[in-house]
Amino acid sequence: MTVSVSTDHIRPPAPPGPLAWLRQNLFNNWYNSLLTVISLAIVAWAATNILRWVFFEADWRPVFLTPLLYLVGQYPRQELWRLGAAVAAASFLTGISWRVWGRAMRFLVIAYAVFLLAGVVWPLEGEGLTLPVRIFLLSNLGLILVGYLAGGLRILRPAYVLVAWVFTLGATLLLLHGFSGSEVLPVVPTTVWGGLLVTMLLAIGGITISFPIGVLLALGRRSSLPVVSLFSTVFIEFVRGVPLIGVLFLASIILPLFLPADVRIDRLLRALIGMTLFSAAYMAENVRGGLASVPLGQVEASKALGLNGAQITLLVVLPQALRAVIPPIVGQFISLFKDTTLASGVAVLEFLSIGRSILQANPEYIGLQAEVYIFIAAVFWIFSYLMSYASQKIEAALGVGER
Amino acid sequence: MDESASKNKPIIICHDVHKWFGSFHALKGISMDVNKGEVIVIFGPSGSGKSTFIRTLNRLEEHQRGQIFIDGIELTHDVRNIEKVRMETGMVFQQFNLFPHLTVLQNVTLAPIWVRKWPKEKAETYAQQILERVGIPEQADKFPAQLSGGQQQRVAIARAMAMQPKVMLFDEPTSALDPEMIKEVLDVMVELARSGMTMVVITHEMGFARAVAHRMFFFDEGQIVESGPPDKIFNNPTEDRTKLFLSQILTH
Repeated sequence: MTVSVSTDHIRPPAPPGPLAWLRQNLFNNWYNSLLTVISLAIVAWAATNILRWVFFEADWRPVFLTPLLYLVGQYPRQELWRLGAAVAAASFLTGISWRVWGRAMRFLVIAYAVFLLAGVVWPLEGEGLTLPVRIFLLSNLGLILVGYLAGGLRILRPAYVLVAWVFTLGATLLLLHGFSGSEVLPVVPTTVWGGLLVTMLLAIGGITISFPIGVLLALGRRSSLPVVSLFSTVFIEFVRGVPLIGVLFLASIILPLFLPADVRIDRLLRALIGMTLFSAAYMAENVRGGLASVPLGQVEASKALGLNGAQITLLVVLPQALRAVIPPIVGQFISLFKDTTLASGVAVLEFLSIGRSILQANPEYIGLQAEVYIFIAAVFWIFSYLMSYASQKIEAALGVGER
Repeated sequence: MDESASKNKPIIICHDVHKWFGSFHALKGISMDVNKGEVIVIFGPSGSGKSTFIRTLNRLEEHQRGQIFIDGIELTHDVRNIEKVRMETGMVFQQFNLFPHLTVLQNVTLAPIWVRKWPKEKAETYAQQILERVGIPEQADKFPAQLSGGQQQRVAIARAMAMQPKVMLFDEPTSALDPEMIKEVLDVMVELARSGMTMVVITHEMGFARAVAHRMFFFDEGQIVESGPPDKIFNNPTEDRTKLFLSQILTH
């Protein structure tokens, strides 16, 4: 005789309600209860003190009154339309990327829109934040939407969008710098560039250039050609054995010694080269880890199919290797972004040094260091967190088929 | 095709093939000719050199003495010869070795597009036909990790067949599979064998050998100990080592 019992009506146990959860986790015996009460007291005490300081005691004038200084340093105000054009292009491309990459981008789009809105509703009539500028920032939200609609076009492939971003980055640099002898676009020397603009240029430029160099170095280190592998290894090990500030000094003082006297490389460019080479060496080691994680069987299967060495690397090994090392690569990007502050050591006025010079230039700001540095830390944290979050989203988006 | 003429000309010729790993003598003079359309089953204990041998046939391992000809092309250090031979031989591995970052369809079309330089549409149409043939046309857009082991191995077979090889090499294709999935892979291989494909198969699936093998080779310690048609190997093995090994794998 077979007995069949229907189990269809059985449901998983219900999760505990909030009160039950509290009792189970925070007040399940006398010493946990005591600990909970003490912790709550400490948190409440710290929170009230912090909030009181932020809203009543702190003097935010050095942060709020000069937003343009923080954004672009001494970049001539009458030439700021060039940056506006770059921002407009970025808004449009952001919209397109949103449509093309979907979920992975949504959070970044929201963050970007929040930045724009922050400019629109910035509480003080800070320098440069005039009504037309606010209207311009607001209209960028519209540009994002236009980009989103344009992103629906059939012909758009993700690769094209990527190329468009790189192209826009290069065009922005040329536009901001201008051309010697030009009436419309006179040269704005990089010595007056500063603030978040320079930090972003160093970070984005360093990331986009160091990534391909790092991949090449990683492949070079595994190469069967002795010269290539020796060069890559020596370069990687040398750079990794030197502190970044040392590399920056090398790039800004020693590099010109090797060049003909009439060739002068821009100070900002030298800092960018230093950061890029430094980052590339670490990138190479990250990518090498990824290359080592691809099973040998993948290469054998590719060989057996008749693919040649370059095809095996580009079509089979690299896609898997890079996917495996997205977290360390993004970590690398984040530390590069934060390390841009070291460029202040070679007289580049990036975001942190702008804050410092604002404090030094205004006697009435004496004693307001905490406000300025907390603001700067907050800005760095926001951008770093955005990158970290984007990395998680990209991993999730690429994770299909991995497990 | 002229059956008798092609039967007379072996598509695989191995003569006195030797291979060392360091000082370990893995292959000690293997000689074997395989005719067009023949199905060869190689079996033997692990470490007998059977896997090393099949991998010398498409130069995943380099032999150090002797000669190997595939379809008239000798395998030497000449890279162009190696590439030609690899285009004409398909290989199926014990661990599948599918490309995990590509869909099933992309796995199957990768080599035709990049090696044979077929247009994408042609490669995809042909790939769909082959996926049909191995019985998984509906899985084309999935990733390998979303398939069962048996399905993955059938994709691997399809991937090799998509290059329209003249010879198919199978290196223990069912050893990594759960028991209930072995049959679906063997069915595909039997169908392939009956369609006239030249096959060299390392396997201990003796049912498969009995059904489709023309000749069987017993490997031990880097040498061919005994060879012959399945009927002779199963019913009248002459060597004691063959008898012992068969008794070990057949009696449970």
